[in-house]
Amino acid sequence: MKPTDVSKPDYFHKVVDCQWACPAHTDVPEYIRLIAQGRFSDAYMLNRESNVFPGILGRVCDRPCEPACRRGRVEDKPVAICRLKRVAADHRDDIRERLPRPPARTNGKKIALIGAGCASLTVANDLLPLGYEVTIFEALKDTGGLMRTNIPRFRLPPKVLDEEIGYILDMGAELKLNHRIDSLKALLDSGEFDAVFVGTGAPRGKELDLPGRQEADANVHIGIDWLESVAFEHIERIGEKVLIIGVGNTAMDCCRTSLRLGANDVKVMARKPRGFFKASDWELEDAEEENVEIVVNHSPKAFVLEDGKLVGMTFEVMEYKVDERGRIDRGTVVGETTLPCDDVILAIGQENAFPWIERDIGIEFNEWDCPVVDETTMMCTREGVFFGGDSAFGPKNIIWAVAHGHEAAISIHKYVSGEDLRDRLPHGMNLSTTKMGMHEWSYSNNYDPSERRLMPHVDLRERFKNIDIEVELGFTADQAIQEVERCLNCDIQTVFEAKLCIECDACIDICPVDCLTITANGPEDELRGRLSAPAENLEQALYVSEELPQTQRVMVKDEDLCVHCGLCAERCPTGAWDMQKSRLLIPYAADEAEPERRRARAG
Amino acid sequence: MSFIPKPKVTHPKLPRNALGLTERDYEGGVSTLCAGCGHDSITAALIQAVFELDIPPHMLGKMSGIGCSSKTPAYFVSQSHGFNSVHGRMPSVTTGANAANNELIYIGVSGDGDSLSIGMGQFAHVIRRNLNMCYIIENNGVYGLTKGQYSASADVGSKAKKGPANRQMPIDPVSTAIGLGATYIARGFSGDKKQLVPLIKGAIMHKGFALLDIISPCVTFNDHEGSTKSYAHTRQFYHHVIDADFIPPAEEIVADYEEGGAMPVELHDGSKIVFRKVDKHYDPTSRAAAFSFLRDSIRAGEIITGLLYIDEETGDMHDLSGSVDRPLAKIPYEELNPGRETLSKVMQRYR
Ligand SMILES: Cc1ncc(C[n+]2csc(CCOP(=O)(O)OP(=O)(O)O)c2C)c(N)n1
Ligand code: SF4
Ligand SMILES: [Mg+2]
Repeated sequence: MKPTDVSKPDYFHKVVDCQWACPAHTDVPEYIRLIAQGRFSDAYMLNRESNVFPGILGRVCDRPCEPACRRGRVEDKPVAICRLKRVAADHRDDIRERLPRPPARTNGKKIALIGAGCASLTVANDLLPLGYEVTIFEALKDTGGLMRTNIPRFRLPPKVLDEEIGYILDMGAELKLNHRIDSLKALLDSGEFDAVFVGTGAPRGKELDLPGRQEADANVHIGIDWLESVAFEHIERIGEKVLIIGVGNTAMDCCRTSLRLGANDVKVMARKPRGFFKASDWELEDAEEENVEIVVNHSPKAFVLEDGKLVGMTFEVMEYKVDERGRIDRGTVVGETTLPCDDVILAIGQENAFPWIERDIGIEFNEWDCPVVDETTMMCTREGVFFGGDSAFGPKNIIWAVAHGHEAAISIHKYVSGEDLRDRLPHGMNLSTTKMGMHEWSYSNNYDPSERRLMPHVDLRERFKNIDIEVELGFTADQAIQEVERCLNCDIQTVFEAKLCIECDACIDICPVDCLTITANGPEDELRGRLSAPAENLEQALYVSEELPQTQRVMVKDEDLCVHCGLCAERCPTGAWDMQKSRLLIPYAADEAEPERRRARAG
Repeated sequence: MSFIPKPKVTHPKLPRNALGLTERDYEGGVSTLCAGCGHDSITAALIQAVFELDIPPHMLGKMSGIGCSSKTPAYFVSQSHGFNSVHGRMPSVTTGANAANNELIYIGVSGDGDSLSIGMGQFAHVIRRNLNMCYIIENNGVYGLTKGQYSASADVGSKAKKGPANRQMPIDPVSTAIGLGATYIARGFSGDKKQLVPLIKGAIMHKGFALLDIISPCVTFNDHEGSTKSYAHTRQFYHHVIDADFIPPAEEIVADYEEGGAMPVELHDGSKIVFRKVDKHYDPTSRAAAFSFLRDSIRAGEIITGLLYIDEETGDMHDLSGSVDRPLAKIPYEELNPGRETLSKVMQRYR
């Protein structure tokens, strides 16, 4: 193998699994350390820089970081990264003074943002401080998009939304509520705006066309529409027996919401067996804690009516085969059953819908009737029109929408300034040693064997009294103190200098997880098999040194299970190993506008 | 020396031995030696060897004298027995222990100072008794613990960190052991575990006195330019003469060996050592051949390593003195002590 090129920011970035997995590349280990030091406001601001909505995301993020977390490979449970974000939000002081401020005079450029959800709000957050005049058009009577309409209050209290959205609006965005854009052509033709951003989400819930659907309409609800009606208090009751069709995260919100609107027998009907559900494990857990029954291997067949009223639903009972690679077949029908119900909620997915975008205005649509959007610039085939969030590439989640928003803001700035959209600042990487003394490091390097803390919940008898009662209480101070120590500080990198190595083996002998090997070089697949412990996780890189001076062998580190304890560096007599903090520098619109700012951050 | 102990967290796929233990179960306390000290690598090799030999920790006796090297028994197999004796007196204490309990496996860890200066007399006599033990000299050419004075193994011309070069002739523990009649003699290097681990395994399983002289650089006082016991010097001049593969009793010899390059020797317990000869003419069962080969290599400035001599025939101390097979420690007091009457009868014979 060639010596690893660590001068490219991606190499060490990838070692920080959580940050790499986060679409917005939130600097997780650093904010966890700030929490450990009790610097909650700093932790909040660091989060806000990349993910904009720490209080919201600390409750409802899809947390792609946690399955990626190295701790989950070293033992079985990852660090509670998401809920620690909430700790930062819960304990922060008033941070309004620290928010970016728009300049005294605007730059005269006008940007239209369609939809007041997380994608548009991120664009506004990035462009307002640069002096842009931003107008947000929202069809509904309130901001937040799906964060407000689709996520029930017992998971995300409106107060949290209002506060974090308020930070952005207070920078001077013009907000037009109850203002649906019916024609993009008309908006573009008005010539009022220098650029337009579409952040309208994926607003159409999928239908289930089965016999009886029309006749039962009064008691069959589309999940996301129903949740929206509940959020705006147009719906306040549901029948006692409710069937939820589908087992994704929307289904989880629907079943738990039903329990708070009078239902007492809620079943989530899954077509497939466990392990093949779309819902995140933790959302399933929370629903099952509330005694929601999840019925597997039931495929909906027909709505059953009596006297014109829905009384039940018929299902085909399925059986599946799973092959050795874990793939499931299409299943065979082995029976049929009818379950009684008063209401049915359909939560089988959602799709994009753009009836308001004319097809003759230069915006190309693909085979799924979605606009063709460039993944880097977020611009569609018509110049000056940008997309982000679910409206760009179909339903994803909040944190993806935020990531899109940041990129779109850069593009909008470049577009309006007449710059090349593709000529973007690259990621940067800062490395600085954490060595403080002989065996002292500026981070808490010891491995803490504590298990993941459990999130305390409101008592089951209490929580159903009111839909406004937030179920999760947030970590207590003690829990937070313990949970932060579980973080492995993956951003404190093991950096190796081959020419200093005397091959004494001290690092290899002390490494608790057998990451290190000094051996003859070879091709990667062969090398992986003859290390101190076989490096079987191909997702994780091997860090290969230059030839060592004394024997011309190489030092190989398997990054997979390194707990970043720093003992290799402590035991190294020559300082060939050092523990260096890596800081990823992500360019935002403000950096593109002011390269000086970026240099200052790089320090 | 580190401020934190090695974390208990392990690689999830850590192998287990026949006792269901992992290598981590054979660790000891945190080393307080200098970072990079060769002695720590030897400790790691010892851990690997006893792990691979499936030795129950409580069947091990770790013996030592005084010195950085003599501190190392504290850093492996915590759950075993041990005795940290006076400077240079490990051999006699081990003799006593072995006399009382021949069931334990004895690993003595000493230094070049501990064995070749103050302990030279004890070293010679424990060889003479062919005590069943694995005797390791962690050889760094200096008294590390007392800040780097030349030891008796320092080569002529080797430079101290500060001060003049050494002019006195060194004592080579390997040639000395050959001369004194040791029955298993090997040399290794702390920086070459691949060679070292099988040498340790063979030394542990050999019945009789096994000497392992291990070059173990002292990074603090003897790893500079001009030193003949540094990592760089050792790597430049050392030669594998014979490597050994250790094969436990129940296992077949499966590896392919080159014609004339391999020579299996069976140990008393049925395990085998296969000599892998780099020099085909070398005969590790001839004491005379081993001795002259060594002398030539010393003259050439070469550091030869490997299993240099083995003798599986000569009996150990218990055989030589005709003592009972059962460990004395397990014989009930009444049986062990025949009483005043019997004793006076015995005495009567000499009157
Ligand atoms: C009776 C006695 N004399 C002298 C000493 C001082 N002393 C302590 S360690 C040592 C030499 C150790 O050298 P070595 O055995 O080579 O061990 P190293 O530290 O080099 O591993 C000496 C002379 C002592 N502790 N006790
Ligand atoms: S002084 Fe030398 S022998 Fe002693 S611990 Fe330090 S490096 Fe090892
Ligand atoms: Mg010494």
